[in-house]
Amino acid sequence: MIAAIAVAVAQVIVVGAGAPLLVGVLRTLKARLVGRRGPSPWQPYADLRKLLAKEVVVSTTTSWIFRATPYVLAATMLVASLIVPVFLARPPLAFPGDVILLMYLFLLGTFFLALAGLDAGSAFGGMGSSREVAVAALAEPTIIVAVFALAMRAETIDLARVVERFSREPLLAANPAHLLAFAAFFIVMLAETGRLPVDNPATHLELTMIHEAMVLEYSGRYLALVEWASAMKLCLFMTLLANLFFPWGAGGLTGPAAIPLGVLVLAGKLVLLVIALAVLETTVAKLRLFRVPELLAGSFALAILSVMAVVLV
Amino acid sequence: MLRQLWTALRTGIVTEPPARVSDLERVGERLAAEITRAFGRSLHIRQVDAGSPNCCEIEISGLTGPHYDLERFGLHFVASPRHADCLLVTGPVTRNMAEPLRRTWEATPDPKLVIAVGDCGRDGGLFRGSYAVAGGVADVIPVDAVIPGCPPSPAALLAGLLDAIRRRR
Ligand code: SF4
Repeated sequence: MIAAIAVAVAQVIVVGAGAPLLVGVLRTLKARLVGRRGPSPWQPYADLRKLLAKEVVVSTTTSWIFRATPYVLAATMLVASLIVPVFLARPPLAFPGDVILLMYLFLLGTFFLALAGLDAGSAFGGMGSSREVAVAALAEPTIIVAVFALAMRAETIDLARVVERFSREPLLAANPAHLLAFAAFFIVMLAETGRLPVDNPATHLELTMIHEAMVLEYSGRYLALVEWASAMKLCLFMTLLANLFFPWGAGGLTGPAAIPLGVLVLAGKLVLLVIALAVLETTVAKLRLFRVPELLAGSFALAILSVMAVVLV
Repeated sequence: MLRQLWTALRTGIVTEPPARVSDLERVGERLAAEITRAFGRSLHIRQVDAGSPNCCEIEISGLTGPHYDLERFGLHFVASPRHADCLLVTGPVTRNMAEPLRRTWEATPDPKLVIAVGDCGRDGGLFRGSYAVAGGVADVIPVDAVIPGCPPSPAALLAGLLDAIRRRR
């Protein structure tokens, strides 16, 4: 019982406290790749601390939705961090079919953020919301289908069991289905977390924004919460990607050293993924908005092919 | 894509090393220290064009490039006044932009800084006395500091930011 609580607390702390660092490292790496010295990896913590101390300016036309959204976002991400296998194969909230709850926790946050974007009544907020919802609707089936391809391969629908099975039998992953599902999930991760070919996290151009456009109206501690939640979302998606597709090291750990060891293994995997993401983001350009559905349709096709590969191969 | 990556890796970091632009670097380091004290090493800047002919903006965008790279000092340009700690206002304030500028100022959460950039921002500069111009930035909103020059160089902009943060305390 106590061990379970310790794992739960550790998971929330690792995701909650580590997410800004992940974003900071990503920004520093991107700056290095374009020849700048760039901000320090700890910069997001400084930003968050400053925002928490600032005044909050709220438009007079907003309703309670605008004020509740930052808390909903942070809360859904913290609950989600209990479902994702972060450093142990068995997360505290594991149950068969937890991936569906996970998806809808992410979507609940997206839904509230889209409403909040509309709430202030600014033109850019509405534009951002409509784009975000379009992207989310296209991305959601792919995630489910890609994860189901893995679940069929591992013959269980419990995320924890999938991770356990793959780390016990690595040969199970040597399969075209695994590769296809990975590609599909990676593309969808880019779309869901607002990364480059779909949305540019560093943009200042309101006309091309998706995520940024919805949070333009937030300030002070609300903005801090929103930024923190989106950092956690990126962290959770990358963790899910790392542990579902490269589960080696995540399962099988037991004993008192399991938590620190698991965190180290996770950090190693995340560093590799962050490097890949930074390289990708400096080398590709943002897609025209009307091309985004094509990209997402492509990823859906990959996910379907992956399921077919499981059945046929 | 590979060629681009190769170029990036081969070129390395082109942000000028301390020995060659000791002045800029010194100013930047002092600026970082002051920002640390006043804002916790994070200053978000919203640039507002109140009617400038865009020449000051070119110098400002020079700050974000690899050569000057102001992000390493903890400064960052943001897309909304609500995210900002500092308004960097350029140009003479034209009659049409006076009201939007006032609203932008109201939308910026406290504590905030306002810096007028260029001779135009100081008093209208070239355009002073024109029937289309309401005056300098200080005629519309309270200004904490002025960075003179037509245009001010990026190094002068960094020095001006430092000055403004100092004066505020
Ligand atoms: S001060 Fe000079 S450089 Fe700056 S906007 Fe005015 S005319 Fe252009």
